[in-house]
Amino acid sequence: MSSVSTSAPDIAINVEGLSKSFGGREVVHDLSMQVKRGSIYGFLGPNGSGKTTTIRMLCGLLTPDAGEGTCLGYDIRRDADKIKRQVGYMTQRFSLYQDLSVRENLEFVARLYGLRDARAAARDMIQRIGLNGREEQLAGELSGGWKQRLALGACTLPNPQLLLLDEPTAGVDPKARRDFWNEIHALAAEGLTVLVSTHYMDEAERCHEIAYIAYGHLLAHGTVDEVIAKSALSTWTVSGDDLNGLAAELTGKPGVDMVAPFGTSLHVSGRDKAALEATIAPYRDRKGWRWEDSEPSLEDVFIDLMNRSKDNFQ
Amino acid sequence: MSATEIAGQNRDVPEPRFGFWRRSYAMLVKEFIQLRRDRVSFAMIVMIPVMQLLLFGYAINTTPRHLPTAVLIQEDSDLARSVLKAMENTSYFRFTREVHSVAEFDDLLQSGKVLFGVEIPRGFERAVRRGDRPALLVAADATDPVAAGSALGSLGALVQTALAHDLHIGDPPEMPFEIRAHARYNPAAESRLNIVPGLVGTILTMTMLIFTALSVTREIERGTMESLLSMPIRPVEVMFGKIIPYVIVGFIQASLIVSIGVLLFGVPILGSVVLLAALTTLFITTNLSIGYTFSTIVQNQLQAMQMSMMFFLPSILLSGFMFPFAGMPVWAQYLGEALPLTHYIRIVRAIMLKGAAPSNLQYDTIALIALMLVAMTIAVTRFRRTLD
Repeated sequence: MSSVSTSAPDIAINVEGLSKSFGGREVVHDLSMQVKRGSIYGFLGPNGSGKTTTIRMLCGLLTPDAGEGTCLGYDIRRDADKIKRQVGYMTQRFSLYQDLSVRENLEFVARLYGLRDARAAARDMIQRIGLNGREEQLAGELSGGWKQRLALGACTLPNPQLLLLDEPTAGVDPKARRDFWNEIHALAAEGLTVLVSTHYMDEAERCHEIAYIAYGHLLAHGTVDEVIAKSALSTWTVSGDDLNGLAAELTGKPGVDMVAPFGTSLHVSGRDKAALEATIAPYRDRKGWRWEDSEPSLEDVFIDLMNRSKDNFQ
Repeated sequence: MSATEIAGQNRDVPEPRFGFWRRSYAMLVKEFIQLRRDRVSFAMIVMIPVMQLLLFGYAINTTPRHLPTAVLIQEDSDLARSVLKAMENTSYFRFTREVHSVAEFDDLLQSGKVLFGVEIPRGFERAVRRGDRPALLVAADATDPVAAGSALGSLGALVQTALAHDLHIGDPPEMPFEIRAHARYNPAAESRLNIVPGLVGTILTMTMLIFTALSVTREIERGTMESLLSMPIRPVEVMFGKIIPYVIVGFIQASLIVSIGVLLFGVPILGSVVLLAALTTLFITTNLSIGYTFSTIVQNQLQAMQMSMMFFLPSILLSGFMFPFAGMPVWAQYLGEALPLTHYIRIVRAIMLKGAAPSNLQYDTIALIALMLVAMTIAVTRFRRTLD
């Protein structure tokens, strides 16, 4: 309440014009974003697109070269200490102590945040993340899925208001991923704001809002439906025989920007609806194929955004 | 989760009570656990001081013992056996050969197979009882005068004792043969008395530096620094948390070294043990601070090791451990004054060998405190709070 807030109270993250370079290479360029409190915000983009750098600037681990903004109402440049006390940051690589046990890691975090009863807090968290029975196991000996649960437990232990999760489900099996996302939704339902970066489209679709970043530029943001609508991409779904042959034939034709197989069907997309339809017209009447005017998938949109940004920025 | 009630508004989380101590304590507990898990480091805590002390303590030894000695016995008498027994008891001599002719005796000495030769002459016991002062010949290979000197020095007094004890003639009015004076307690001549206290400081410098020099780079190289920095801990708290466990480790090491020094090398502690413990703890903390400072400057663990070695070598050479401090050129003395080991060696020698009081050690104590504070200040300033 007594904060230096410059943004509306229902905004958890509000940054403008963030830029960051390493060794002359600009990793994040003029990035602006707003994240509502209590929402799950998906942060998508290819490897090396600047997701991790952005997250680190938000929690005070990196100082932006340019730009400003607030995180939980605190200035990201001046109030890093206050932000750290209320933000849980789950790093991309497991960064708890491998040579400490599950319990010892959690107790360490609890003590660092000054929790009154560190042992009890650690015990409760072990229950919550379902690691009971493994309390005394060294963190380094846990499997990927358990490590990820432990890391999530550690960063939610001090009751943060904002979670920054950097590719939390990389290398985790589908069951563990689903459990993890259920947990994220449960936390958001309790009022936590979650910013999560990911590669997976199905995860993006579980977010309230998403942003797509490539080569340091924020290319699209909004709800999944908004992002798809704004893409202005026309997509036809083809099913039938010899889709590989069709894909080879269509690739590179005027109006066809993207051809991607999806299981037993093929997505043919283009930004120029008329040109696309002119190109595919001769194929539509052929036997054995069923053409359907459909919505582009989120993946179509992202691949298209990435292809276009490659032209623009590289 | 109490997040529901505060969602939608800003809330200042107050600094927890005793936050500084809680966070330092968190760090400290963590470091202790990690230390316990790291079996190699744990073994080093015990092995380094013991091995170094035994190696240096015996190797840098200007009064060598158990030197090979040949005996030429011309007379097999009780007295002759007593004399030889007494010589062996000095621990300078070890009888390796028994010869039967003077020629053989000379040959062994010349070839260097023995360093000493003892000849018990015929009619020795009878001559002693008559008070004829017969000659007991002890020939020494004096090519190493230092080695020979102490052994010869010990001879007179001990042989005399043996004679007095075993001869049943009461106190002999005169020495049975010429005796060279040997001081029973002479620190200046006993190199171990000088070296062992110095070794306490030298060993502590090395082990303490390495313990903390690796501490920050290890967190960076293992990737745990990213988590640590994202949590609300301040540089001073990290530093205290990383130094304090090793103060205790260092104290254990120091106790171990001093105990071995006293029990095995017979070094006395003439001054106050409490004072020695207090100033040793100060010295340990100073070294840990310097190691930690290195850790905040270097990029990786290899550099940390190199930097520690760069600091360790001058410490050995310029502190007065190897060469007398007063004999060094003035510029080297100035460099030496900037090394904690210089001050500690003065302190530890003064307390153990001279029984010095705190008032005698003021200057060196203040110097150690100053060096510690400088190191800590640099460390806290240098500690990078971001990953930039």
